[in-house]
Amino acid sequence: MQQESMAREGQSGKAKTTARFRQGSAIRQLWETNLEVFQRDKMALFGLFIFAVFAVVAILAPQIAPNDPLNPLKNNEGDWIKDAMPYWLAEPGEDEAEGYTNTFLLGTTNIGRDIFSQLIHGSRSALLVGFSAAAAVAVIGTVIGLLAGYYGGWVDTILMRAADVAFGIPFIPFIIVISAFFDPSIWNVVIAMALLLWRDTGRVIRSQVLVIKEQAFVSAAHVSGASDLRIIFVYIAPSILPLSFLYGSFAIAWAILTEASVSFLGFSDPETISWGYMLQDAFNSLALSREAFYWIVPPGLCIMLTVMAGFFIGRGYEEVLFPRLRRM
Amino acid sequence: MNRGVVYYILGRFLQSVMVLWIIVTLLFLLFRLAPSNPLASYIDTTFTKQQEAALLARFGLDKPLGEQYIIYLFNLLKLDLGETFSYSGKSVMDILRADLPNTIYLTLSSLLLAYLVGVLGGIAMAALRGSLLERVGTTFTLMTRAAPQFWVGMLLLTFFAFQLKLLPSSGIGPPMVRYRWETEWDKLMSPVFWRHMILPTFTLALYLHGLPLLLMRSNMLEVLDQDYVTMSRLAGYSEWRVMIQTAARNAMLPVLTALTLGIGYSIGGNVVIEHVFSWPGLGRTLVRAVQQADYPLAQGAFFFIALIIVFMNFIADILYSLLDPRVGATAQAQVS
Repeated sequence: MQQESMAREGQSGKAKTTARFRQGSAIRQLWETNLEVFQRDKMALFGLFIFAVFAVVAILAPQIAPNDPLNPLKNNEGDWIKDAMPYWLAEPGEDEAEGYTNTFLLGTTNIGRDIFSQLIHGSRSALLVGFSAAAAVAVIGTVIGLLAGYYGGWVDTILMRAADVAFGIPFIPFIIVISAFFDPSIWNVVIAMALLLWRDTGRVIRSQVLVIKEQAFVSAAHVSGASDLRIIFVYIAPSILPLSFLYGSFAIAWAILTEASVSFLGFSDPETISWGYMLQDAFNSLALSREAFYWIVPPGLCIMLTVMAGFFIGRGYEEVLFPRLRRM
Repeated sequence: MNRGVVYYILGRFLQSVMVLWIIVTLLFLLFRLAPSNPLASYIDTTFTKQQEAALLARFGLDKPLGEQYIIYLFNLLKLDLGETFSYSGKSVMDILRADLPNTIYLTLSSLLLAYLVGVLGGIAMAALRGSLLERVGTTFTLMTRAAPQFWVGMLLLTFFAFQLKLLPSSGIGPPMVRYRWETEWDKLMSPVFWRHMILPTFTLALYLHGLPLLLMRSNMLEVLDQDYVTMSRLAGYSEWRVMIQTAARNAMLPVLTALTLGIGYSIGGNVVIEHVFSWPGLGRTLVRAVQQADYPLAQGAFFFIALIIVFMNFIADILYSLLDPRVGATAQAQVS
């Protein structure tokens, strides 16, 4: 379902309008487009801000987190501090009776791990998976779209039939199978996403390349004797890069959501804390029937915030690249 | 229907068959990558070498890879997906046949709800363009698309099933009730079944409504700009009639295509929802089969889901070409 929405999310203007292209040197036009996205669209800027905050949290995680995310906390007698409520919810005096001081912002898990520290550390895998999967998807999709659009003929046929195959493979089931067959690691999600999700980016970029390659500056490059690869990567690529950024931003969002789903289903590395893993832990240890909202709500909110950040940035690119949508 | 369209449909169909064949081949190879012998979970450590060999022979695993592949393809054509490892005496097909209706009920009812709300909401958002209500509504929809489905499901479960104790928390019904369902019809007629379906359907619909809503909204805005809409306004039709009869009807077409695609992809994406609500469908069976290293079952469930997706992609293509005459024309040009 995600792949379909990814296609739609980024597609609203695709069929109707051709992306707007700038004149001038390649680097400058790229820079100007990016600048325009964040200057024009406050929501895109807000998305960038969310990522920046989580990036700082991820980098400083060991300093911010008050406790180790995996080691159970112990009371004076050396027993695990199981299922402690957050200190602002717990009965006063309960902690002293149990032989510990409750300083836990979000309580502890059923085996006495500090939930707040897990939340802080979870930002690492979310951003790592989100950005590397998005980069892989954008790069593969861009290169395939460029090659298919530029060369046409059998290259195009093979690549686009491969995209058809990728569109027929169910995304989450594929990732589950891949994750189960290889050693558990967050990179499985990245690899599986890279193998499948280039299809949307590839198709859209191909159709843009078909338009660009008919333009005068490309013919001029041909006449002046530039090689195919030079034309593709020096002349055509800079014009479609903003489109890759658009799809890349949406891919960050899908990657974070997908990683969460896969971890929730129990196919992630148990040594790596992620928000999806925390929710799986809560689900399996019956936190739901204990109505432990303090355990269930925060990881989901973090996922939602980072995913929305990706959406906001993607929409910002959409508005600049497809100006017809802007007034809507 | 002209000949170009017929050729286009035929070509698309053959293409879908090819795609499915490639997926099936990839699936065969993928499952040969599995970390252990596919029978590892099946073979008891106390088995003798002969017993092990006999078992391998029974599942055809002693034959060369090429031969296994040919057998596999022919069995798929007969819809014979082999035997499961973990459910003794049942074929993969038996289990999937029991799962498929549950997945379909859940998918269709949530899609129906989502598209109903989405289309109406999209019209409303377009009519309210620029207002505060529109901004709140659109932001809410974006949030439902960003929130992980399983998390929304967990929150609803905690609230409605555990805190208020209003709705059941998992499955499709208690065993004593399920026992009395002899046919699918009995199940569908049972209020217990529908009560169990409320939470998963609502969770899924909450996620799914975003796509039709946003799509409908932007299509409406596009259509409202067209000359024929201005014309009908000038002709003195009421705003209501302009919105619904003229604009909405035309803006609906792309949403219908999206719905067709949505059926396929929801069935593939239901995995997580089915897991949260222990809904006995294709997705939950796939997850359990992979966890228990029941490879024939996992492979079968995967094949089924892929089959549905490829088929729905094909239908969406056809619908699109029938609804949009321009596609039909290019199709004709491509064929001739």
